[in-house]
Amino acid sequence: MRNLLRWETALVFLLIVVALTGQVSTDGSFLSGGNLFYLGLDIGEIALIALPLTLVIVAGEIDLSVASVLGLSSALIGWLWNAGWSLETILPTVIVAGAVCGAVNGLLVTRLGLPSLAVTIGTLALYRGLALVVLGDTAVADFPASYTSFGTTPVPGTDIPYPIVLAAVLAVLFGIALHASSFGRSVFAIGANEEGARFSGIRVKRVKLSLFVLAGAVAAIAGIVYTFRFSSARADNGVGLELAVVAAVLLGGVSIFGGRGSLFGVLAGVLLLGGLRNLLILQDTSTEVLTIVTGLLLLVSVLAPSVTRRVGSLRKAAQ
Amino acid sequence: MTTQLTPAVTPPARRTAARRLTTRVGRVRELGIVVALALVVIPTAIVNPRFIQPQSLRDLLLNASIVALLAVGQTLVVITRNVDLSVGSVLGLSAFLTAQHFADNPGTPLLLGIGFGIAVGLACGLLNGLLVALGNVPSLVVTLGTLYVFRGIDYALAQGKQVNAANLPDALLDLGSSRVLGVPILVLVAVVVIVVAAVYLRSYRSGRELYAIGSNPEAATLAGIPVAKRTLTTFAVSGLIAGLAGALWVARYGTVDAAAGTGLELQVVAAVVVGGVAIFGGSGTVTGAALGALLLGTITSCLVVLQIPAFWQQAIAGALLLSAITVDRLLALRLAKALRTSEGTSHA
Repeated sequence: MRNLLRWETALVFLLIVVALTGQVSTDGSFLSGGNLFYLGLDIGEIALIALPLTLVIVAGEIDLSVASVLGLSSALIGWLWNAGWSLETILPTVIVAGAVCGAVNGLLVTRLGLPSLAVTIGTLALYRGLALVVLGDTAVADFPASYTSFGTTPVPGTDIPYPIVLAAVLAVLFGIALHASSFGRSVFAIGANEEGARFSGIRVKRVKLSLFVLAGAVAAIAGIVYTFRFSSARADNGVGLELAVVAAVLLGGVSIFGGRGSLFGVLAGVLLLGGLRNLLILQDTSTEVLTIVTGLLLLVSVLAPSVTRRVGSLRKAAQ
Repeated sequence: MTTQLTPAVTPPARRTAARRLTTRVGRVRELGIVVALALVVIPTAIVNPRFIQPQSLRDLLLNASIVALLAVGQTLVVITRNVDLSVGSVLGLSAFLTAQHFADNPGTPLLLGIGFGIAVGLACGLLNGLLVALGNVPSLVVTLGTLYVFRGIDYALAQGKQVNAANLPDALLDLGSSRVLGVPILVLVAVVVIVVAAVYLRSYRSGRELYAIGSNPEAATLAGIPVAKRTLTTFAVSGLIAGLAGALWVARYGTVDAAAGTGLELQVVAAVVVGGVAIFGGSGTVTGAALGALLLGTITSCLVVLQIPAFWQQAIAGALLLSAITVDRLLALRLAKALRTSEGTSHA
């Protein structure tokens, strides 16, 4: 637990360092309202998906299919729009479809006892494939401006993009669910010791299933955001995003073995990755540097606790 | 000594029935892939007889050989209850560096250049292995991290350039297209690697120890198996094979940029899982994994021949993976039940 707290402190420290370096090196434009607006837009989908994925990983499972659900929901929006549906009916339908995708993952994991890593690699291909089947390689872009402006204009009077408002509201809900409810405590219990959780009366399968459903539904919402932000429904929207989201969650100090982590850390992780990316773009640094930095941060985030543990035990041995 | 020997002999005798059942199920697994292959190939061949002409069969094997190679390395890693997500990036880095090495040094002997690619892969694999084995860190996270790092280095070194076939020696390009006794050389290389790995896993002590590590890491440590050393070796071998695959990628495709092999890791893991290697370690064969790679590649080709829109390919590959692990699981449940009953009778 202490290691975890230390890691979150380190994350906040890193965030401040990035912000200050950005501010100095860009002559104050990094923390300007306009730039923060773009930063917010840039991390919207990752922030959204990272929320339920944190719960899934804390419960000791993983969902690699989230980016494919995002793509499938984007493809569905385009397909149903072409079929003449109104957006008021399309959007709830798409979210339900995302929840169904999550339920398929969850049922395969909980009812058949299959490892979630294998299941969601399978559905990663399946859902992306279905997206391609639905929409092919065409793009649908003729959405009404009232919807697409959702992704391109800030909340009136501020510099806050709408997706960030959405993510913030969901973050509060997920934060309460994980850290201040019996549901959240059972999620931690399952991740720490599944058998122990079952014997203490927690409905392990039901909790896990609900987490996968949540991940699917939120990934579909992220798909809606993505579609309107780029004003383009395509089957290949968000390809490869799953790795970025998993990286952000793990960077936020969530243990891949489950049972440990906090939503605060994850949000700091998302901000850190987004901030770095934004800073590098502002400085015209090539994006490959960002790729390397993402990877290194991820490695440091998992190595740090292990190294501090080892140093600690060495120190204990010396005494 | 003799008194200690007697109880040690009896349990294996009782276990043989169970083991026979296990091997039979294992064989059924590989047979299942062969049947699935037949189910895919025969209808396609009926619709379009040209599909089973030697040339297209050769292409089939050729297309699957690189993924099959990577699947062999991945199998070694997955058997020890780890995973190597960085293989696509290692392949990309090795492919680009090999191509650039050949382009910059036109006189490089063929094997030396390929050896260079293998060395790049080995270095990447050693780094993965050291982080996992010594850092005591989950391999999923480590190799996700190095997936980014290696790909980033690849892009940084390439700086948007690509190496074209015109800058590569003919000997290398011939390697990608020439044949020995009608079999493409790339396929032969893949077969040799598969056979070596299969014999190693089957008949060598350290090979068997990999299964022990995957079945129960704690027990393996207590039994005196050098877990860290074996883990390091599997990652090094996986990297080495990915390096070799990178060099062969250059030979096969001729044109290489920094994006070579992007996303390949998921195909490889899919092939391994379809091939019957348990993702939680302890069971599976390289032959199965290679057959898994062949099956996935064949399905892709069949869809093209059957003129099914390419859009269906990914969905079908995903559905296939899911049904493979589901069938596996159901078989395992039945096996466990059968073992329990057979044990019950022998006790009674």
